[in-house]
Amino acid sequence: MIIQDLMTVESQQEIAKNIFEMKLTGKLVGEITSPGQFVHIRVSDSFEPLLRRPISIAEINPEKNEMTIIYRAEGRGTSLLSEKREGDTVNVLGPLGNGFPVEETTAGQTAVLIGGGIGVPPLYELSKQLTAKGVNCIHILGFESDPVVFYEEKFAALGETHIATVDGSNGTQGFVTNVMSEISHDFETFYSCGPMPMLDAVQKAYVHKKGFLSFEQRMGCGIGACFACVCHTNENATDQAYVKVCSDGPVFPAGVVQI
Amino acid sequence: MNRLAITLPGLELKNPIMPASGCFGFGKEYGNLYDLSQLGAIMIKATTEEMRYGNPTPRVAETSSGMLNAIGLQNPGLQGVLTNELPWLEKFDVPIIANVAGSETADYVEVAKQISKASNVHALELNISCPNVKCGGILFGTDPEIAKELTAAVKAVSSVPVYVKLSPNVTDIKAMALAVEAGGADGITMINTLVGMRLDEKTGKQVIANKTGGLSGPAIKPVAIRMVYEVSQVVNIPIIGMGGVTCVQDVVDFLSAGASAVAVGTANFVDPFVCPTIIEQLPAKLDELGIDHISELVGRSHRV
Repeated sequence: MIIQDLMTVESQQEIAKNIFEMKLTGKLVGEITSPGQFVHIRVSDSFEPLLRRPISIAEINPEKNEMTIIYRAEGRGTSLLSEKREGDTVNVLGPLGNGFPVEETTAGQTAVLIGGGIGVPPLYELSKQLTAKGVNCIHILGFESDPVVFYEEKFAALGETHIATVDGSNGTQGFVTNVMSEISHDFETFYSCGPMPMLDAVQKAYVHKKGFLSFEQRMGCGIGACFACVCHTNENATDQAYVKVCSDGPVFPAGVVQI
Repeated sequence: MNRLAITLPGLELKNPIMPASGCFGFGKEYGNLYDLSQLGAIMIKATTEEMRYGNPTPRVAETSSGMLNAIGLQNPGLQGVLTNELPWLEKFDVPIIANVAGSETADYVEVAKQISKASNVHALELNISCPNVKCGGILFGTDPEIAKELTAAVKAVSSVPVYVKLSPNVTDIKAMALAVEAGGADGITMINTLVGMRLDEKTGKQVIANKTGGLSGPAIKPVAIRMVYEVSQVVNIPIIGMGGVTCVQDVVDFLSAGASAVAVGTANFVDPFVCPTIIEQLPAKLDELGIDHISELVGRSHRV
């Protein structure tokens, strides 16, 4: 169930350049049903900035009613969010959307998780849940450069982890696709979250595999009422049919959404 | 005595608060968050005769205390609304105001004729002010004579009272209001969004794919208040006011300017519970102002 919760900031720290990790506690955590869901955060009590910010959930700890979000502070809204301190409260709406289907990969199988930049965070909770049920996870994480790389060790603790940076300052030089071409294609499922060109490349590279992609789009309401965050689908001959990223997604099976 | 009850043509409102069309879908999403029976009414998303897919994305952009949108009247079409949307809303004790849009007079007439017969539709809102579609919409809303004729044509076939939604994108909104009143409108809803544009800081190009969008949110409230103030002094039909309403004080302002009820739009995106919150806070606001019934607020600004 979607609720609006005044969550408490347990910690806030810059874990890479302009990349912040915030831990929040509140009853909303009990409503989260799958990795890849997101929350809509009101970053200010005023109307400047006006709209909420959609931010993905990186980790959940139901026992402590705690969730972790990771975001890049780049605009007015996320910069304001980065100023919150331990003990502050944050107005959070969520959990929103449909996340990654963990059940699509079974124990003993292998899954490849491909993330790009700020699309990496939701893959962490996904990997935790997959590895907990006995899935072998291979992570391919792409970043611009070493200063913005985060969670490398945390992913490595869960399974084989490859880093790609555009400038080659960490891991393989280039994009996630450079790593993808070097690893074995002996896996059952892929899960991916990141910028649209990356999702396009991943989908094309793994066209015969079962996969799930998480999309981004500018949002208004976050719950499906305003029809702002739509994407075309491939199923309609007119190419005009839409799905709503916020409520139908953000995760869709590969091939459903037109890229 | 219900201190918040308001009677308007076709509408017995428990309170004067309703979500504005285009900001509430067809109610289902918000219906999962709270009991929609608390609302005075619901203005559902615009319905056109045929299904519409809307405009390319990006469709929204944030601005200073506001947002631009160019959704483009995406909706499942008349039959889809009659079959899948309106029946679901019947479980709630709340009157529906159906927003009717089209490309030409015949479209409006057909939608109005059929949707006005739905059991929970108590009034129509004629959309002659959408700034985001190429055909129809705003063209009907900027020429008084065309607006009058369309209003009369829709009135002739509607089974329920007809409200006309006015655009602020005109030189003289009073002339438009008088024209639709002459065309037989039972009420006016105002204002729709103001045409605006935002450019990307890095590229200098428009942020919204449609290039222009409709500006809404707190930024437009002073424009809306001024227009409600002006129009309410020249027409004899009631006004449902909207434009930047976010809180109980904004409601008081719109009523004082001359509106009889108030719609909440973009604020639903900021706080999905804004409508029930305002409704809950209204009695205390009346106490604070020392009045017994909310109708005493209507048109305060005109009184000497």
